[in-house]
Amino acid sequence: MGAIYRREMGAFFTSGVAYVFLVVFYFVSGIFFYNYVLTAGVADVSPVFQSMFLVVMFLIPILTMKLLSEEKKNRTDQGLLTAPVGLWEIVLGKYFAALTLFIIAESIVFVYAIILSTLGNVVWQTLFGNYFAMLFLGAAFIAVGLFISSLTENQITAAIVSMVLLFVIYLSEMLVSNFENGNVLQRFLHKVITTIAFYSKYNEFTNGVFSLPSIVFFISVAFLFNFFTVRVLEKRRWS
Amino acid sequence: MIEVRNLTKKYGDKLAVNNISFKVEKGEILGFLGPNGAGKSTTMNMLTGYISSTSGQVLIDDVDILEEPKKAKANIGYLPEIPPLYVDMTVDGYLNFMYDLKKCKLPRKSHLTDVCNLCKIGDVRHRLIKNLSKGYRQRVGLAMALINNPPVLILDEPTVGLDPNQIIEIRTLIKKLGKRHTVILSSHILPEIQAVCDRIIIINKGQVAADGTADEIAKNITNEHKMTLRIEGPTHTAEDKRVIAEAIRKLKGVKYVRADMEREKGIYDYDVETDGKTDIRRDLNKLCNEKGWNILMLQLSDLTLEDIFLKITMGDGVTVTSSSDAPKLDVSVKDGQLIASEREEAKPEDTAPEEDAADDGDNDGGEE
Repeated sequence: MGAIYRREMGAFFTSGVAYVFLVVFYFVSGIFFYNYVLTAGVADVSPVFQSMFLVVMFLIPILTMKLLSEEKKNRTDQGLLTAPVGLWEIVLGKYFAALTLFIIAESIVFVYAIILSTLGNVVWQTLFGNYFAMLFLGAAFIAVGLFISSLTENQITAAIVSMVLLFVIYLSEMLVSNFENGNVLQRFLHKVITTIAFYSKYNEFTNGVFSLPSIVFFISVAFLFNFFTVRVLEKRRWS
Repeated sequence: MIEVRNLTKKYGDKLAVNNISFKVEKGEILGFLGPNGAGKSTTMNMLTGYISSTSGQVLIDDVDILEEPKKAKANIGYLPEIPPLYVDMTVDGYLNFMYDLKKCKLPRKSHLTDVCNLCKIGDVRHRLIKNLSKGYRQRVGLAMALINNPPVLILDEPTVGLDPNQIIEIRTLIKKLGKRHTVILSSHILPEIQAVCDRIIIINKGQVAADGTADEIAKNITNEHKMTLRIEGPTHTAEDKRVIAEAIRKLKGVKYVRADMEREKGIYDYDVETDGKTDIRRDLNKLCNEKGWNILMLQLSDLTLEDIFLKITMGDGVTVTSSSDAPKLDVSVKDGQLIASEREEAKPEDTAPEEDAADDGDNDGGEE
């Protein structure tokens, strides 16, 4: 797992994906920080995290798109799958590489916190709460992106499908929001979609609630999709 | 070292590999020969655990590749048809990655230097793989397969894309590796297989069509036995030709004698065909001794690997399994003849190599 992790980290930087990802992340979060916190004159960074949800949703597929699709296209998967490593090691090596880059990006909030601390008192509890919420959200999104990447040979397809999938889940939550008091079918739909929805679970944190069930949900999604990815690799050998 | 039992692979309805079984002993160099699409790469992919078999078993050093994949794969160095290279890495970076991936315990620096020297890529170690030529890439792939000194090497068309010098280098390297490793090598280049391999398995349409050394296969595939003789008679005239041909014809087991051209002055060549069961060489010697003739040349013009290959693969080998009790080789020969008699265009191809063999004989004569 270590070898694959190190190679992927290296590839992120040699291919430039890491720079694009970090620059966009820092730039956008910087703007949000300036507008919502500094100019607004509040010491709470929650609005930054709230706005970053959509950005993360569109950025993470760029991080995960080529992780497995490119291996298949260039037939480098033959080297991995015939080496004495398990499928979980391959998948998790790649997964944690992407997660590491995401954590590097996200940790910019500590720089913002330092800036903020020179101006006033930082509310560290909400900052950490939000930080971990975004970390686990990213962990779930990366697993989804990695799974989509395992299904195709084309990295652009992988990126677009991941974005659309995450966006549809996000949108569906808005669409069914007034189904809560509707008929049986509507209530059922509402129940299903709110169960799998990411946004409202994430929003609890930005509203200042540290919700353990949400954390468990994100970790479960991450595990489940990594499991699916392993199954896809496994199935490909048997087809 | 490697044991394959009834290996079968189906893609949907298409049977890619059909019930292949063979064994490779330690230190053997086995050549996999077959036309394109015969199932060579599929078989190799199953041997290395890249894809699974539909049924059947692959044992590497008595370890089942599907049951204990990690343990089995640790013993294999695999160079696929397209070397699995990450083009955005340097050669050194890539080899280090494979070293880690294979969990190699050998001293890193000296082992990688050894491997690079063996494959002659020491001078490109700091270059990006995407800037390397096909030949270098192929050798980096080979170096990758050699990392961790696996006892089994599986090389899928290792000399593709190399120039003639490099091909010879790689062949010498494979021969050298064959002393310490068990090697399976696939190719559709016949001389390569003949030059390198101890044993050959010919695969056609997903089935083993022949298995053995080049000589064994040749012997089994032909029920006739041909040789070319050059005998010096006493008079150096055409009279010799008649007498000698007549005498040879009377030997036991000789089916056919034809006096050929005058190759040296007053000395003739004779094409002799035997029934394949009797070895006439000793009787022939005795005969010539008695008569006071001199044998200047005796060349067994057995089928070359090329003839065998054509014979087996042109013969479609469709019915090989339908009569699985019978020795496979004989059956496919029958097929070959059957097909040859049906298809006229198959015939010239069959006979052409024999002319080649006669030409070879010429050259030998010239050197004498």
